[in-house]
Amino acid sequence: MEGVSKIRHNQLLKSGMWGSIKKDWQLYSLILLPVIYLIIFKYGPMFGNIIAFRRFMPGGSIIGEEWVGLQYFKMFLNDPTFYNVFANTFILAFLLLVITFPAPIIFALLLNELKNQLFKRFIQTASYLPHFFSVVVVAGMVFEILSLNGPVNSLLAGWGFEKISFMQLPEWFRTVFVSVDLWQGLGWGAILYLAALTGINDELYEAAKIDGANRWQQTMHITIPGLLPTIVVLLILNIGNFLQIGFEKVLLLYNPLTYETADVISTYVYRVGLESGSFSYGAAIGLFESIIGLILVLGANYLSKRITDNSLW
Amino acid sequence: MESWQYKVFKVFNVTLLLFIVFVTLFPFINIVAQSFSSESYINAGEVSLWPKGFNFDTYEVIMSDTMFWINYKNTVIYTLVGTFISLVLSTMIAYPLSKTRLRGRRFLTLFFVFTMFFNGGLIPNYVLVTSLGFGNSLWAIVIPNAISVFNMLIMRTFFQNIPDELEEAAIMDGCNTFGILFKIILPLSKPIIATMMLFYAVAHWNSWFPAFIFFTDKELFPVSIYLRNMIKGAETALGAGATSADNMVQISANIKSVTMVLTVLPILLVYPYIQKYFVSGVMLGSVKG
Repeated sequence: MEGVSKIRHNQLLKSGMWGSIKKDWQLYSLILLPVIYLIIFKYGPMFGNIIAFRRFMPGGSIIGEEWVGLQYFKMFLNDPTFYNVFANTFILAFLLLVITFPAPIIFALLLNELKNQLFKRFIQTASYLPHFFSVVVVAGMVFEILSLNGPVNSLLAGWGFEKISFMQLPEWFRTVFVSVDLWQGLGWGAILYLAALTGINDELYEAAKIDGANRWQQTMHITIPGLLPTIVVLLILNIGNFLQIGFEKVLLLYNPLTYETADVISTYVYRVGLESGSFSYGAAIGLFESIIGLILVLGANYLSKRITDNSLW
Repeated sequence: MESWQYKVFKVFNVTLLLFIVFVTLFPFINIVAQSFSSESYINAGEVSLWPKGFNFDTYEVIMSDTMFWINYKNTVIYTLVGTFISLVLSTMIAYPLSKTRLRGRRFLTLFFVFTMFFNGGLIPNYVLVTSLGFGNSLWAIVIPNAISVFNMLIMRTFFQNIPDELEEAAIMDGCNTFGILFKIILPLSKPIIATMMLFYAVAHWNSWFPAFIFFTDKELFPVSIYLRNMIKGAETALGAGATSADNMVQISANIKSVTMVLTVLPILLVYPYIQKYFVSGVMLGSVKG
């Protein structure tokens, strides 16, 4: 068997690119359709961003009518709403990063301390469930739970507090949004950490015990360093999506009363572009957002490579 | 040999985890309880974990709404067609990319992975789909998001772990690439195909945004848009502060919970079976990157 693959390998080395295409034309023909798909539906819109530099008329040419240069970019730099949504985006993204990113790590560590496997599995199974609910259903639940007659307000009233119309008050939006994100993602987010935990060598713990390390010291010196590569990779991925904070969720949860704190770049793009029909203006803001996202992920990856030796590529 | 501190921690830990599970499940149990309760109890804010004034009336109301059934049937169709297309396209790219001998493999992988970090954005996507004439058709929702690169990478990793010897034996027997794929690889890949099917099916089932921006025809809406309009409609009435409409808002609270229950029902029914697949699928794709 080994002989066969060696011969094939040598043949490949001798023939060039054309030779390997001829040899593996069937594999390449399989790739063809997905690649065409990708060019049209993923790379196409990237180039479609050209309308951010051209005046686009709905129903007109797909690449716009005439060059306007950076006019639309200047427009959003002079747009007060833009600064508001920009700040909202960063505040929400930051809150998610410091609250919903570490939470699954802590959850996984706590689960890891359970010795009863059945109980552990029960908790895990229950904790994944919200991940499978559609955002629409999640939004529906949020409105129900937080409504004036909902359980949360009943509880508040029972304790003698005033009822709060959570979904109508801008000062509550961030708390609600982060809580919902935490609620939906906690269990699911812990999966990868739990997988990484099972990969940590037991002998390390044995050695630490002999050295007299207690459970807490074992966690700090063995478990956490063992999780670090997973944490770093997920952190980079997270930073890449830093600005696209649950666009659909915001769109479903916010309303004009809460725009002040809830409106983020992507929802603003949606309203400007699709609701008001200013396609070019919306595309310009969207492009700006995508480029910042790309810079963030490249930068995080670079830093992590330099500092921790872990990277996505 | 455990320190008393660790024993205290263990008690605290179990209590905390039970509390987390309770909070996780509560919203859902509450919705189910509401869906079987009568409006007056919901109005009074008395329904939390158990239905009060148990009845099926609201279920009957929703079930007799033809638009609900049309939209529900649409979701089933979109999920079936979308899952099939996604699976076929993902296999077509994951299998060749799993072959280390393939020239240009690194470039092709990068070509796909790049789209995970940079995308065209909402507006150019919208312009593209509408100018292709996909608006108000099934294609607008099943095509533009057909391939998930993340899922494709998981699949590729699985294919890579199938021993090359099997394939070489088939080549000796005169099998070509397509023969190998259909007769050897795919039959061996049932676990990953099942996982992908579930990943894609849940994604398509839960999808609402493409339908929301591309569809104007009510008859084409998936059930998620039916629910979305209900939630947003009631919320707008509430936002306007119409006290006289309070009763109406509460009736719709009841109707909303029934619709939510019916919308997640298929996922709940398969959840006990799919949950382990999902978990192993995600781990498979990530641990071996």
